[in-house]
Amino acid sequence: MLQIYLPIAEMSVDALAVLAMGGAVGFLSGMFGVGGGFLMTPLLIFIGVPPAVAVGTQANQLVAASVSGVLAHWQRGNVDVKLGLVMLAGGVFGTTLGVWLFGILQRLGHIDITISLSYVFFLGVIGFLMLIESGRAMLRRRRTTATRGKLHHHIWLHGLPLKMRFHRSKLYISALLPAAIGAIGGLLVAIMGIGGGFMLVPAMIYLLNMPTGLVAGTSLFQIIFTTAVATLLQAATNQTVDVVLALLLLVGGVIGAQFGTKASGYLRGEQARMLLAVLVVSVAGKLAWDLFARPADVFSILVGVPG
Amino acid sequence: MSLRRIVIAAAAAVGALAGMALLAATTAHAQRLVADLTSHLIAITTGFTGTDVVLFGTVDGPSSDVVVVVTGPRTSVTVRRKDRVAGLWLNQEKAVFAQVPTYYAVAATGPLERIASTFTAQRHQLGPENIRLDTGRALPAAELTAFRSALVRNQQRAGLYSTATGQVAFLGDRLFRTNLHFPANVHTGLYNVEVFQIRDGEVVSAQTTPLVVAKVGFSAEVYEFGRNQPLAYGIAATVGALLIGWATGVAFRKM
Repeated sequence: MLQIYLPIAEMSVDALAVLAMGGAVGFLSGMFGVGGGFLMTPLLIFIGVPPAVAVGTQANQLVAASVSGVLAHWQRGNVDVKLGLVMLAGGVFGTTLGVWLFGILQRLGHIDITISLSYVFFLGVIGFLMLIESGRAMLRRRRTTATRGKLHHHIWLHGLPLKMRFHRSKLYISALLPAAIGAIGGLLVAIMGIGGGFMLVPAMIYLLNMPTGLVAGTSLFQIIFTTAVATLLQAATNQTVDVVLALLLLVGGVIGAQFGTKASGYLRGEQARMLLAVLVVSVAGKLAWDLFARPADVFSILVGVPG
Repeated sequence: MSLRRIVIAAAAAVGALAGMALLAATTAHAQRLVADLTSHLIAITTGFTGTDVVLFGTVDGPSSDVVVVVTGPRTSVTVRRKDRVAGLWLNQEKAVFAQVPTYYAVAATGPLERIASTFTAQRHQLGPENIRLDTGRALPAAELTAFRSALVRNQQRAGLYSTATGQVAFLGDRLFRTNLHFPANVHTGLYNVEVFQIRDGEVVSAQTTPLVVAKVGFSAEVYEFGRNQPLAYGIAATVGALLIGWATGVAFRKM
């Protein structure tokens, strides 16, 4: 037990427990190339950190975790910078739209339920689809060794204009496609307060047909920028970034991420995807349960003037 | 927000106020009750995990009871109730209470119902069920009671309202003392420690002593920086995270 007082969250936590939490989430983040925000936010709220501080602080922590993660991928040449920048352009548009939508929902009330439902919906749908796909891929691998399909299948999305060549990913696709994926990611950053990696990764694999090896590095590269902007906005407007908490999380996180990146080398693509899918579906299940189950106390309080 | 400035000013005033006794209920003759705290400042440092403050004092003779009530800085509290809508538990009804103490603790020489009459307990807000909670909205009485008790229950769960009456112990006939506990999540600001001398169910003497809870040292500096220069704080936090992430990444690559 090593208690430390968090000046912005205004509470005392066990430093070692928070370090361990950061390490565990960092490991998963390094392994799958997702930021882990969808795990960290509920965890922080669970240990009593105010939700607003949890969201703001973990954006700060994700900056460090994704930089550290990108370096490891960069070294292996697993980052497509050009594709990442196109996604980022869309991401900026998506974040702006998201902040505007957030404002409207807040005025209408029910922002909390919107956040919860979007978590359940996005995590549930994406996790379920990944589960099916990776399960099929594993079965296919077991059954035969040599039936190789087409290199990539063409769907209507690939017929869009503004074609661009992405050498690193060996893709010749419309720039609108990665930009749109980035935009949806940015929208989620603003509304759900997460990096959005869990959505970007499958979208890049299934919609862009990107080589799996490049996906983690490229999505992390993009997440550095979106989380940096989110940290700045949260600190400047809401004062909800606790640097002491962020430091604890990121020390644990960057160490965990290094091991995670190394561990990802031992897993085949579909195995990693299957594990990530199971994780995503479990979180969605837990959140859905919380929405439908009778709460321990139907009353809740908010101390101080809201906002 | 200038709350912190007010707190600092209040801290300065504490020394002057500490000696002042506020006599209630009885007219002037010799002071019956004198009480003071071992410390008038609770400093929240990086290692703060909550603290105890000792209150001690004397009464003018035997056969009277002492009740101590501590209330924290007041603010508005929103209480929301979830109801089932299409299978989902959604926040529906709400009540906003004004001037709610963020901290409440009570200690006494015995059970409150024996010491104080119902009227006295209500008037001086002795016991969590007697905390005055006013809401601007006109709600049915039953609803209001449910919301009130929910507020107290939630604060008790957070450790900020006492669940049981603390022990005030007499050392001999006149000298008494009690331990006041403040958890790690106490709010900063000006606290009021009220001491009541009660005889035959009525308050015969009372005194109020201030107590300040403030952040000091590193945690105060971080808090102030974040409050006063939010943009610079955000830039520092972002750049710091970039550097730490990069440094660790490089360090691990070399290993």
